[in-house]
Amino acid sequence: MKRAEKDVRCSRPHRVLPTMEMNLDTRKNAIIRLFNVTKRYGAKLALRNVSLEILPGEFVFISGPSGAGKSTLLKVLYLAEKVSDGQILIDGMNLARVSASSLPFLRRRFGMIFQDFKLIPTRTVFDNVALVLEVAGKKPSFIRRKVMHVLRITGMETKAHALPPTLSGGEQQRVAVARAVVGDPEIILADEPTGSLDQASARRVLEILLAYHKKGVTILVASHHLQQLQTMVRGRTVVLEKGELRMSALKCL
Amino acid sequence: MIRPLKKVLTDMGAHRFLNLITIATISLSILVVALFLLVFENAGRVMETWDPGGRAMVYLVPEFSEAMLPDLTAEIDRLGDVTEITFIPKSQALARLKKEMALDAQFFDTLKENPLPHALDVRMNTRGDFERVAEVAQKIQALDMVESVEYGQGWLARFLEFLRLFRLTGYILCLLFSLIAFFITAITVRLVFHTRQSEIEIMRLVGATNGFIKIPFYLTGMVQGFAGGVLGLLILFTAYLTVSSGISRSLGSYVYLDLRFLSAGLTGLILGASTFLGWFGCYLSLKQILK
Repeated sequence: MKRAEKDVRCSRPHRVLPTMEMNLDTRKNAIIRLFNVTKRYGAKLALRNVSLEILPGEFVFISGPSGAGKSTLLKVLYLAEKVSDGQILIDGMNLARVSASSLPFLRRRFGMIFQDFKLIPTRTVFDNVALVLEVAGKKPSFIRRKVMHVLRITGMETKAHALPPTLSGGEQQRVAVARAVVGDPEIILADEPTGSLDQASARRVLEILLAYHKKGVTILVASHHLQQLQTMVRGRTVVLEKGELRMSALKCL
Repeated sequence: MIRPLKKVLTDMGAHRFLNLITIATISLSILVVALFLLVFENAGRVMETWDPGGRAMVYLVPEFSEAMLPDLTAEIDRLGDVTEITFIPKSQALARLKKEMALDAQFFDTLKENPLPHALDVRMNTRGDFERVAEVAQKIQALDMVESVEYGQGWLARFLEFLRLFRLTGYILCLLFSLIAFFITAITVRLVFHTRQSEIEIMRLVGATNGFIKIPFYLTGMVQGFAGGVLGLLILFTAYLTVSSGISRSLGSYVYLDLRFLSAGLTGLILGASTFLGWFGCYLSLKQILK
């Protein structure tokens, strides 16, 4: 098991790559690469020949209308769905060759924020966040310290023993964010992280993501409400339309 | 170990109804299995006291006199397998009878003469081999001065046959009820697994291995099996206390019945087996679901 973990682990990027200064040489070091990725659900094409490269430490917005394939793109990245055609490389590792036994270790490199939060309703906020560290086999004392730390950052410290159904949408989203960052992931994938939130809550969630971005974490945010997000973060915007990549452009403040 | 167990107990509390039904069903299956074992153990013990083993009582003709004893014992000795011959004069037999039937002892005072015959208590080293006892007894029967030989012939053979059938039925029922306990656990695990499908999916998405997902289920199965075993044995123990005191009250003055609850070893074995069944049900169920 340890061997499998070693196979999928890579060194964490510690420096922040200034998005404006990217050039073709640095693109060789892309942490995420998609080559002609196509995903079909029956006859429907969710993604069509998507090719994309994302550098370590980049902040990428995935934009597009509902049904454009944003969520599907994130799903194929952490292997919740398999691609129909094409290839995806994460840090040089071909996802098509990831065995079932290595998959959990690959997923531990990601922090996922799901559109529907995906919190376990029968477990407390603390236990939901701690799950990420428990599956990684961390010691209880470390888990306690780390979980309380991220709950403090996300402003959920006082709700540590509450059950998710008793929380507001904004609070649940912050718990989801806490769970995504608690394992110190290399890549954070956020599916509509501010979709159901009021402006203040959305700002708070974004600030947390920004703090991790500054630490060098690669972040992909899929959202169809980008104006507010883009006023806060300097990043690249990738536009999807009917499953096809329409535009990949740098956006700066 | 304590932390996962605590979590398992909390999860079982969250699915209280399903778990209680499972434990109750396992306990009933274990109860039936344990009941059979209890009956076997006690029947075996009682049988031992009834079973003459390598022993025969030889009743002698009225004309027999003690002077003929050396010749007769020598003849019986020659038949082989005889280890000990004890002469019981009729006076001694009457005294023993009076002692055993203490309540009706005054009846014997009305007798003009001792109606009992002289007897020989013959012991053989053929314990467990009923056929051999019967063979030696028949040879003794053929000797002069021998009126009859009692070695538990007809009724004992029938009783042994009955016990053999009873045991066979018991073993089959034990197996069936063990299978029931096993299937119930397997089905519950499936139900719990399906009710927790979304939770398990979330676990997978955050990087849980199959092992991480399985362990709580294994522990749940073991807790269910163990709890079912304890509950089944407690019910049996309560029933045993009630029934055994009733039997002692009603039959105690006529026969001596050495009734005992299951031995510590057997109790441990039943608990171990029920815990194992709980785990095994889980194991097979998850093997199918998570393949």
